[in-house]
Amino acid sequence: MTAEAIPLQAYLTVAAFLFCIGVWGLINSRNAVRVLMCIELMLNAVNLNLMAFSNYLDGQLVRGQVFAIFVITVAAAEAAVGLAILLSLYRNRETVDMEKFNLLRW
Amino acid sequence: MTVASTTQLVCFVILSSTLVLGSLAVVLLPNIVYSAFLLAGVFLSVAGLYLLLNASFVAAAQVLVYVGAVNVLILFAIMLVNKKENLDPIPGMAVRRLLSAAVCAGLLVLLIRVAITTPWALPGPIPVGEDATIRIGEHLFSDYLLPFELASVLLLMSMIGAIVLARRDVFSSDIITGEPADQILIEKERSPMLLEPNDPAPLRSSP
Repeated sequence: MTAEAIPLQAYLTVAAFLFCIGVWGLINSRNAVRVLMCIELMLNAVNLNLMAFSNYLDGQLVRGQVFAIFVITVAAAEAAVGLAILLSLYRNRETVDMEKFNLLRW
Repeated sequence: MTVASTTQLVCFVILSSTLVLGSLAVVLLPNIVYSAFLLAGVFLSVAGLYLLLNASFVAAAQVLVYVGAVNVLILFAIMLVNKKENLDPIPGMAVRRLLSAAVCAGLLVLLIRVAITTPWALPGPIPVGEDATIRIGEHLFSDYLLPFELASVLLLMSMIGAIVLARRDVFSSDIITGEPADQILIEKERSPMLLEPNDPAPLRSSP
């Protein structure tokens, strides 16, 4: 029922905006929590693409929605482990500045 | 243009503008608490877009998992590491920001060009609409059964991993041998371990 009102390209464009904002934030954030938030933004952009393709090109077998559910699962696991790593990092270094985490710098 | 399609168009414009502005604010606002609450708004507008795409189940899962779990987790992390710190200025930060903005704008132009110029096989099959939840259940228990079970194992692993990574205590005896643990390690646990020494010069000069 949505096939006429909104074109598929509109959803893809919105997802592209979201993904690029996430990439820019991932590169430029200095707070480690904000880096995790930007990763979540990028995962949401990918999910939006999957859902748009699932509705417009694969309307009968909604495989894109199943993929989106798996991506949501992996994103939840990633957020939990990422924040745990962040906490133990903060306990060791007493900072959340990404520029100070340079033990592995070559 | 019917009333229903006009309503959909208005909803799409409102939700997508909320999405783009909210995500810009998440990235750009200096206060990270505001960013975390705006992130919830971004997740909610993504869920609204899912509703426009005939996916009520995934929209509910999005609200439950992202707004209810991930965002609350991020807020807790902000509270746990909430220390005012003045970030040292880095030389060339403005140049880095401009360069990465140029790269991201190029990526955006590329993605939009691909989305517009690709000849999509439209119109596709008629969407199942409200039956999508039933189809998802059939998929999860027939042809996607193995990934479904692997997802449960992944969630268990990440839960245990998060507990192990975030716990604080140090064992007084070695787990494997049963001998008393290295006291130096315990002392280091009481003081922050990997802090840079205030004067790194002696470390560097030592052979």
